[in-house]
Amino acid sequence: MSGHEFEYDFAGTGTMDLDDRSTNIDQATIAEMNELIARYPDKRSALGPILHLVQSVDGRVSAPGVEIAAALLDIPPAQVQGFATFYTMYHKKPAGKHHIGVCTTALCAVLGGDALLDCVEKKLGIHADETTPDGEFSLERIECNAACDFAPVVMANWEFMDNMTPEKAEQLIDDLRAGKPVQATRGATLTGWRDSERVLAGFSDGRADEGPSAGEPSLRGVQLAAEKGWTADSVTGAAPAPPDAPAAPPAEPKTEPKAATAKAEPKAEPKPKAKADAKAPAAKAAKGDKK
Amino acid sequence: MSDKQVLVPVLTANWGQDQSWKLAQYERTGGYRALKTALKRTPEDVLTEVKDSQLRGRGGAGFPTGTKWSFVPKDLNPKYLVVNGDESEPGTCKDMPLLMASPHTLVEGVIISSYAIGVAKAFSYIRGEALHPIRRVRAAVEEAYQAGYLGKNILGSGYDLDIVVHAGAGAYICGEETALLNSLEGRRGQPRLRPPFPAVAGLYALPTVINNVESIATVPAIITRGKDWFLSLGTEKSKGVTIYSLSGHVKRPGQYEAPLSVTFRELFDLAGGIRDGHHLKFFTAGGSSTGILTEEAIDVTMDYESLLKVGSQLGTKAMQIFDETTSVVRTCLRWVEFYKHESCGKCTPCREGTWWLVQLLKRFEAGQAQEGDLEKLLSVADEINGVSFCPLAAGAVTCVTTAVKHFRSEFEAGYNTPAWELLPYERSTAWATPAVEGAAK
Repeated sequence: MSGHEFEYDFAGTGTMDLDDRSTNIDQATIAEMNELIARYPDKRSALGPILHLVQSVDGRVSAPGVEIAAALLDIPPAQVQGFATFYTMYHKKPAGKHHIGVCTTALCAVLGGDALLDCVEKKLGIHADETTPDGEFSLERIECNAACDFAPVVMANWEFMDNMTPEKAEQLIDDLRAGKPVQATRGATLTGWRDSERVLAGFSDGRADEGPSAGEPSLRGVQLAAEKGWTADSVTGAAPAPPDAPAAPPAEPKTEPKAATAKAEPKAEPKPKAKADAKAPAAKAAKGDKK
Repeated sequence: MSDKQVLVPVLTANWGQDQSWKLAQYERTGGYRALKTALKRTPEDVLTEVKDSQLRGRGGAGFPTGTKWSFVPKDLNPKYLVVNGDESEPGTCKDMPLLMASPHTLVEGVIISSYAIGVAKAFSYIRGEALHPIRRVRAAVEEAYQAGYLGKNILGSGYDLDIVVHAGAGAYICGEETALLNSLEGRRGQPRLRPPFPAVAGLYALPTVINNVESIATVPAIITRGKDWFLSLGTEKSKGVTIYSLSGHVKRPGQYEAPLSVTFRELFDLAGGIRDGHHLKFFTAGGSSTGILTEEAIDVTMDYESLLKVGSQLGTKAMQIFDETTSVVRTCLRWVEFYKHESCGKCTPCREGTWWLVQLLKRFEAGQAQEGDLEKLLSVADEINGVSFCPLAAGAVTCVTTAVKHFRSEFEAGYNTPAWELLPYERSTAWATPAVEGAAK
């Protein structure tokens, strides 16, 4: 395996299927579009959210959706299309009930993202930028999704599925296909891509309280600091430079003087009013994290 | 023994608490106290405090935050504050956990900052591919309205503010501030020519301040603890604390908050060093756009100035760390493919040049580079550097030039040997172990 057999030329973007006139947009949807418009000083700002809403209703950026958005915003449909084709999250073809994204940017690719993509493609019998014939899954090869400390990362309906392995990826697909509840590692239970799109459009699904506060890697620094008794208050108290400075580790010969200057600053006295409750964070591991 | 304090949890301090994202919990640990303090002071006073703290932008460029605020004309209204939560520079993963674990830190920061700048409407632009952080921020904004921290006459101060949470739709370039403004205006996310700068003509051509999530989230701590506390941390020109993200082949990847005087080695050691049986090959200091460094730079101080001296940048403080199993050619190709994919297409050198770099790098990866390809690669990189509206292409160029500088022989091997033969890819995966090399398929 080269890990790199796939081509990358915007297969999922490009022109839209203007012949498919099917739509589920109704008066209620249009009322919601107007609600989005009202949130902005300039109505055109609502274009992005409106297209997310169109996707949640139609499963893609539909031709009628484009026309309605254009009419509501007083801009030509071509400009709506120009917008929709610029951003990767807008689907010009129907997406699956569940939309799977596998990160294959450098770090995730190296840590196994390429193998994961191979695995998911085989499992689903489709390539990236395609949808399974039964409409259950669509697959995308995504770029860095800001979860590198959980690499390799898979996104399911834009929820984080952290620290993936081929086994876990196969299990994810089996469970979703069987309709079993799947909880994102840092997020809510997966219901479907359209539900996610509705939240992205700007409508709450009331599920912000699901999932942990953070994943284990997010808390590593905090936990380490708690173990060592390092707090925002203890650091101020530590200035000026420690008495054993000459014996300090020979770590940074070049920058040492600089650091010393900073530390020796007379202002560095402990501030009595600094709030004490920033102390010892409850360094408890997030629940629902990887076993 | 005499454990030097390396980490200073400020923004991250409450992340592990039960229901840390809820208002009640946030208030229990001192949340919104900074806002109350700020509202008792004049906006000018708050702005001066932040300016004097020497807080610098945490989103990559490192421009002084308070100075940016002071560029906004006082008497031109309305004006806007836009929070840049489009975190997508490869390796960067600090803002999303912050938004997820403590969205109120951002909300409080937005209110204080808006008050200081004189803004009545703020926008929080968050990348669309991060559903749960968006949920949490929306819920936090709702809670803040109900508690009287947002809306009309905030806490009886007479100050009004609204926040709109806006989800992006997938485009790295929208992390560039003028592209973000275009995106927020309902246009394709392509950077604008400057001047005029956003401080004068930004969103809807009105005065606008754009700050990274972490920069804004740092403001409450500065107000509560005071600028002197902030100034006591860091180096001469890089003050305060910041969140460092370590990822890749280290034993304990994650988020580590430390003063800007911390060294790479200190962070690397806290992260447990490289996984067992392997050793460090190369790393980025501040995301892929800052290029790669090798072991010889391991003692570099992770501040804005020191990294420039070693040919890198602090960037987003995103350290992607790779061991000796990793192919530099492959990694470089994947980064450059990223820039090619994310090029907005506005400037020809970037749009075409990143495409050409990918073609050349693919030949190196496949062991099919032709005579002169290495020179051509460097030549294309040179041609497209610094000739576009924004620094996206420069990020790709830095990847290429630093990779060739440090690992030229690996590129030369690409004239004959595929990268996956030189360094079998399965050995780099998270599930590979030294004992069972090649077992994972």
